[in-house]
Amino acid sequence: MSVAPPKVLLAMHVNGADVECAFSPSKTLLEVVREDLGLTGTKHGCEMGHCGACTVLVDGVPVLSCLELAVEAEGREVTTVEGLARGAEMHPVQAAFAECGAAQCGYCTPGFLMSAAALLDGADGRTLTQPEIAEALAGNLCRCTGYTKIIEAVALANGRMAEQSRG
Amino acid sequence: MMRLPPFSYRPARSVAEAIALLAEHGLDAMPVSAGTDLYANMKQRLFTPKVLVGLRPIRELRFIDFDEGRGLEIGALSTLTDIARNDAIRAKYPALAEAAGAVSTPQLRNMGTIGGNVCVDTRCNYYNQNLDWRKALGYCMKKDGDICRVAPSSPKCVAVNSSDTAPVLIAFGASARIDGPSGVTTVPFADFYRDDGIRAWAIRPGEIITRIHVPKPAPGTRSAYLKLRLRNSFDFPIVGVAAMVATDDRGLCRDARVVVNAVGSRPVVVDGAAKALIGTHLEASALDEAAEAAFAAAKPLDNTSATIPYRKRMVRVYARRALERIAS
Ligand SMILES: Cc1cc2nc3c(=O)[nH]c(=O)nc-3n(C[C@H](O)[C@H](O)[C@H](O)COP(=O)(O)OP(=O)(O)OC[C@H]3O[C@@H](n4cnc5c(N)ncnc54)[C@H](O)[C@@H]3O)c2cc1C
Ligand code: SF4
Ligand code: FES
Ligand code: FES
Repeated sequence: MSVAPPKVLLAMHVNGADVECAFSPSKTLLEVVREDLGLTGTKHGCEMGHCGACTVLVDGVPVLSCLELAVEAEGREVTTVEGLARGAEMHPVQAAFAECGAAQCGYCTPGFLMSAAALLDGADGRTLTQPEIAEALAGNLCRCTGYTKIIEAVALANGRMAEQSRG
Repeated sequence: MMRLPPFSYRPARSVAEAIALLAEHGLDAMPVSAGTDLYANMKQRLFTPKVLVGLRPIRELRFIDFDEGRGLEIGALSTLTDIARNDAIRAKYPALAEAAGAVSTPQLRNMGTIGGNVCVDTRCNYYNQNLDWRKALGYCMKKDGDICRVAPSSPKCVAVNSSDTAPVLIAFGASARIDGPSGVTTVPFADFYRDDGIRAWAIRPGEIITRIHVPKPAPGTRSAYLKLRLRNSFDFPIVGVAAMVATDDRGLCRDARVVVNAVGSRPVVVDGAAKALIGTHLEASALDEAAEAAFAAAKPLDNTSATIPYRKRMVRVYARRALERIAS
């Protein structure tokens, strides 16, 4: 049997905070956020890139944490679903998901929220088309909702954010 | 949980450092870009390298440069999203933007690089399975076994090349710059792929692709990429067709290339399609003949989803549609 390589100690930025963490270099970002940082909002589904449940943002860009090495997150800004709210105030897309009934079992929800938040935050107040929303969410699978309510929720949040940005 | 097998990670900050690290660790090491292909395969224990040499820290390999004189230069670390969204690529090489934009999902395209995409491992229903599954069946020639489950009498593995960008790069006459311990070589993508599911690429251990060069398109060049897959997201191609034509100002076809992928261990350049198109005005009968040639050249085997006859017929349909789109 080969001996496991020693742990690495890494300084990471997660949800706006600096954290230090020691883990095996072969751990994925998904494993580190859930097991070493205790942030269990990010879900593990297939762990093979086939479902999107593990979606997090790295430097604001949606990626699959099950296929990211945690060591490569050094010096990057990682955002998980726990980092979406501003204090007690939910991100507009979280509020819209709740209002529209866009979550049923909820397992896929954190991943959808991350893809949707990146899309909405990048839209800069522009109204998104339905195909644009569907395309941005094409890497997240949901076995319950049939997607209609999810797309409605993202459109609702987009409308509200556009209104807000107009003042 | 599907965990990665243990390895140590060595970041390379420059091409020279990557080559040195790969040389230092020899066959124990593999290069990795985003790892979207490699990590999934490692989780299934298809690869268990002791050392991974991370190429991502080589920041200068993430660039896209277009120049009217020299053509297109793409750093190997450019992501598929970078390529799909690049204005020059969308305008001058639309098939390349379409192919990059058709890979898997938005998240995966934000991660996956072009260097990794052109080296993506060949695929097969008997290979892309976890260790227990493969062990229960007694393995196959590509990994740990000795016969091919798809073609038991075949002396070689017939796993499928599933890269979306490879056929497009061949259609455009692109080449790879390969850096290695003995210097730099340039290999046209037309010569990069081999008809062998195991030794599928003309690259040696210790070498890495650093840049991709795509020549300047001739005036009047148009191109398209069409991909057949079971779901319009997530899935690898089960047929991919890249088509390129160049016409003069009277609409006469001067150059044409049709390249089909995901039906063999390497992309298939359909010479008969080029012959059928060059010298015509791309009228319907010429497109029919070219699509027929693509159909004849494609020889899918039973190692991806969907049936052999369906995939073979869809080569004709997709070749015809791709050509139709660029004919006028
Ligand atoms: C769910 C899922 C769906 C997918 N769907 C598609 C699809 O539809 N179409 C498609 O084409 N691909 C698909 N892929 C495969 C893969 O994600 C992409 O091809 C991606 O572009 C690979 O890039 P990477 O940087 O992640 O490669 P890596 O995983 O880092 O590398 C892939 C291979 O290339 C080698 N390598 C990496 N970089 C270099 C280099 N610069 N020089 C030499 N060798 C190198 C590695 O050693 C490894 O063997 C899919 C993957 C998953 C998990
Ligand atoms: S084509 Fe044959 S040898 Fe190759 S992976 Fe499939 S079963 Fe194995
Ligand atoms: S858990 Fe990462 S894509 Fe399914
Ligand atoms: S709400 Fe159950 S998987 Fe989406």
